[in-house]
Amino acid sequence: MINQYPLWKYLLLVIVLVVGGIYAMPNLYGEDPSVLVSLRNKTVDEATKVKVDELLKNAAIQTKSSELKNNKLLIRFDSVEHQLTAAEQIKEFKFITRNSDYTVALNLAPATPAWLQSFNAIPMYLGLDLRGGVHFLLEVDMHSVIKNLESDLSSEMKSYLREEKIRYKGVKASEATISIEFRDANGLEAGFSKLKAQFRDLEFTEKEEALTVLAKITDKMLREERKSAIQQNVTTLRNRVNELGVAEPVIQQQGENRIVVQLPGVQDTARAKDILGATATLEFRLTEGTRLDWQEAENGGSVPFNAKLYHERNGDPVLLKRRVIVTGDQINSASSTIDTQSGSPAVSVRLDGKGAKKMGETTRNNIKKPMAVVFIENKVVTKMVDGEKVKVRTRKEEVINIATIQGQFSKQFQITGLESFEAKDLALLLRAGALKAPVEIVEERTVGPSLGKDNIEQGFNSVMIGFSLVLVFMAVYYRAFGLIANVALTANLILITAILSLMQATLTLPGIAGIVLTVGMAVDANVLIFERIREELRLGNSAQASIHAGYEKAFSTIADANVTTLIAAIVLFSLGTGPIKGFAITLSIGILTSMFTAIMGTRALVNLFYGGRNLKNISI
Amino acid sequence: MHFLSGKTNIDFLGKRNIALGFSLILILVSITSIYTRGLNLGIDFTGGYLIEVGYSQSIELEPVRSALAKSEYSDALIQHFGTSKDVLVRIAPRVGVNSARISDDVLDILKTTSTDKVEMRRIEFVGPQVGEELREQGGLAMLIALFCIMIYVGLRFQMKSAVGAIMALIHDVIITIGVFSIIQMPFDLSVLAALLAVIGYSLNDTVVVLDRIRETFRTQRKGTAVEILNMSINGTLSRTIMTSLTTLLVLTALFLLGGEVIHGFAFALIIGVFIGTYSSIYVASNSLVLMGVEKHDFLEHAKENEEIDELP
Repeated sequence: MINQYPLWKYLLLVIVLVVGGIYAMPNLYGEDPSVLVSLRNKTVDEATKVKVDELLKNAAIQTKSSELKNNKLLIRFDSVEHQLTAAEQIKEFKFITRNSDYTVALNLAPATPAWLQSFNAIPMYLGLDLRGGVHFLLEVDMHSVIKNLESDLSSEMKSYLREEKIRYKGVKASEATISIEFRDANGLEAGFSKLKAQFRDLEFTEKEEALTVLAKITDKMLREERKSAIQQNVTTLRNRVNELGVAEPVIQQQGENRIVVQLPGVQDTARAKDILGATATLEFRLTEGTRLDWQEAENGGSVPFNAKLYHERNGDPVLLKRRVIVTGDQINSASSTIDTQSGSPAVSVRLDGKGAKKMGETTRNNIKKPMAVVFIENKVVTKMVDGEKVKVRTRKEEVINIATIQGQFSKQFQITGLESFEAKDLALLLRAGALKAPVEIVEERTVGPSLGKDNIEQGFNSVMIGFSLVLVFMAVYYRAFGLIANVALTANLILITAILSLMQATLTLPGIAGIVLTVGMAVDANVLIFERIREELRLGNSAQASIHAGYEKAFSTIADANVTTLIAAIVLFSLGTGPIKGFAITLSIGILTSMFTAIMGTRALVNLFYGGRNLKNISI
Repeated sequence: MHFLSGKTNIDFLGKRNIALGFSLILILVSITSIYTRGLNLGIDFTGGYLIEVGYSQSIELEPVRSALAKSEYSDALIQHFGTSKDVLVRIAPRVGVNSARISDDVLDILKTTSTDKVEMRRIEFVGPQVGEELREQGGLAMLIALFCIMIYVGLRFQMKSAVGAIMALIHDVIITIGVFSIIQMPFDLSVLAALLAVIGYSLNDTVVVLDRIRETFRTQRKGTAVEILNMSINGTLSRTIMTSLTTLLVLTALFLLGGEVIHGFAFALIIGVFIGTYSSIYVASNSLVLMGVEKHDFLEHAKENEEIDELP
C-alpha cells in the first residue's frame, strides 16, 4: 500500500511539534522594558523598593510590576517611554544618589508566565540592535606589553648583576632583545655565565668584541606574555563592567589581541568609554626641596637627580622624589565618600599588607613633611606619521593633592582634591584593578532603545506580512495541497523560533531577515513536490501513484538545492561578524527545519488525508 | 490555479544568442561601473562614523548642517534617514585624535540643534584597520563560498554542470554588485550577507534545473542536447516562477516594512532573485551548450552511480 506512514512517524511529528510549541511560546509573551536597580555587593532591600515605588507613583509613571529578585530591584513598564523617564528619575533620586554603590540600568525582562518557566522555556535572546545597548571592540596595545616586559627584565638583570657584584656599563632593550654591555672581558665572562644560569627562559649570545651579552626573549615567552596580558585585561574589564551594574554583559576575547564588550541597555556611551578605556591609577610620593626649588626647576633650573618635576592641576610645579611609596595596585579597596571635615568629595582607600607596611614606615619617618598623590592616566591614540598609522601612547601625570603628614597612618586613609564624578570613577577603577596594557576602541556599535524597539516591530511585521502573503498565495495556487503546505510552513516558523530560544542564539535584525527569507524559500520544497505531482497527473498516472512519485522524484533535487544554500550559510557563519552571524544562524536553522516540515510534515498530512483511499482526482 | 496551463513548450535556447548578448552587456556595464564609479562603500568597509539621531518632530537639515559646519566636523555628510524626524550624519575616519570620542562629540553638537530632546538612535564607529579587515574577510567569504559550492556541485553532478552553475553564480554576483555601483546605493556588511544569500538562492535554482537536465538526458532516448535542455527548462519552469514569486513576496514585505536599516539587504536580494531566476534558465544551460554537453556526459555518471548503489 502506498502513501501510508507508520504510527511512529506521526508520533515523532506530534512530539516535535508539541515540544517546539512549548519552547517557542515564551516569545508570544515577549519581554517587558524594565529598570534594574542593584547595590554593589549587597542586596537591595524592601525599604529601597518602597522608596522607589513611591517616587514613581508621585511622578505618575505607570509601572507594570515591581519586585525584588536576585538581590536586585526589577521594575517593569508597559512602554519604552515610561521605562526611559523612570530610569532618569530614579538615577537622579536623592535616595539613590547619596549612596554611590547603587547602579541603575535598563533591561529587558522576559514576561514568560510561571508554568512555562518551569519547562525552562525562555524567549529568544535579542541582540543589541533589537534591545539597545553598546557593542565595543577593544584592541589591546601589545607593543606596550612587550615594552613593559623588556623593562622589567632589564631592571631585574641590573639588580641581579649588582647583587653578584659584576660591573656593567649599560643595559639597553629593543625588539625583544636586551643587550648588556660590560666594562671588561672578565665582567663579560662572569656576567654571561651568571645571567645564563639565572634567566633560563632567555636565549643568550655573547659578542666578545663589543663586550656585550645579548638576551633574546623567546617567542614562547612573548606568546605567553601576550596571552596573559589579554586575559588580565578581560578580567579587569569584567570587574569594571560589573561595577557599572549592567545586566547580562558580554566580555570576550576575539582573535589574538582584541576584546569584545557588549553592554545591553547602556546608553551613556561616553561614560562607558571612560570606564572601559581608562588606565587611571594613583601613586604616592614625597616632595623634594622647597617651593622655591620647584619654581626654579620649572624655569629651567636644575632638577635633583632623585626627583622629577610634576605639575598640579592648576599648573603649579612640584618636585617629587623618584621613589614611589605606594602604587595603585597595592590598593585593596576604594570607595567614594564625602570628606567629613571639608565636605568635599574624597576617595577612601584601603591598602594591602605590603602597601600598608611601606606607607606606615614612610609616614612614621616623615611626620610634618608634605606627601603628594599623583593621578596617572595612559591613553593610546592613533596618529599618522609619514603616511603610516602609528599608535602613540600618551601619559598624563597630575598631582591632585599635596598634604602634610600629620601622624603615622598605614592601612586606611582618604584622598581629597577630586571632583565628585572623578572621585566616583577613580574609586571604581581602583577597585576593579588596572589594565595590564592600554586598550583602544576600534569599533563601536550603539543602538538606542527607541531604534531597538522600532527594529523589533518592523522585523516582526515583515515576518508576519511576508508569511501571510505566502500563505494566501499557496492556498490559492495549490488549493488543498497549498493548505497542507501552509500547515508545514507554520510548523516551520514555530520550530525555528523554538530552536533559537532553546539555543539562546542571539537574534539580530539580519537574523529576522534570515527568517523572512526562509519563509519565502521554505515553500520551495513543497513547490517542487507539488509541481512533480501535477506533472505525473498530466502523464495520466493515478492520483496515488502521482503523489508517491512526486515525493520520491523531488527528494534528491530538494536535498541538493538545500545543501548548496547551507554551504553558503556556513561560510557566512564562519567568516562573518556579529550581525551577519545572526543571519547565517537563522538561515541555516530555517533550511534544516524546512526540510523536515516540508518533506516529512506535508507527507504525513497528505498520507493522513489521501492515503489508502480510492481517489479519482485530488485538489492540487 | 495554474500560471502556465498544462505543459509549456517554449524554445528558450532558440534565443540563446540573444540571451548571451544580453548577459554579456549586463556584465560589461556592471564591470565598467564597478571600475569607474566604484561602490558606495558603507563605514563597515571604509571605517568612519555614523550617528543617527531622532527629533520629536520634523526637522530641516539646514540648522544641523550649519551647526556641524561650524565645528571641526565640517566634512560631515548629513541626510534624513527614513523619516524627516531622523537625521543621519556620516563622517570619514580621522586619525591623530582619540577616535572613539568623536561620536560622542558629534552627538553633543547635534543635541544643540533643537530645543526639544534629541534622541540618540544609533552610533557606529569602525576603525580604519577594522574596516580593512572586514573588506578582506568579505571578499574571502565570497571566494570560499564559491569554491565550496563548486566542489559540491562537481561531486554531485559532473564538471560541465559545475562550471555551468559557477558561471551562473558569478554572473549573478557581478550584476548585483553592478546594480549597487550604478545606483550608488550604500554597500555595507548586510548587503554582503545578502550577496552570499543570493549565491545560495541562485544556486538553489540552478541545481533544480541541472537536476532535471540530468534526469531528462537519461530518460529521453531521442533529441539533440538543445532539445533536451529546452524540455528540462520547460519542465521546471512553473516551479522556478513559483519559488521566485513567493521569495519576492516576502522580500518586498521586508523591503517596505523592515525599516531603513534593512533596505540595502532586501534590495540586494530582490535584484539577486530576479537575476538568479533568469540565470538559472539561460546562463547555466547556455554554458552547457557552449561546452558541447551531450547525453554521454550524464550516462557515464549514471553507471557509476548504479554500481555504487548495488554495493551492499
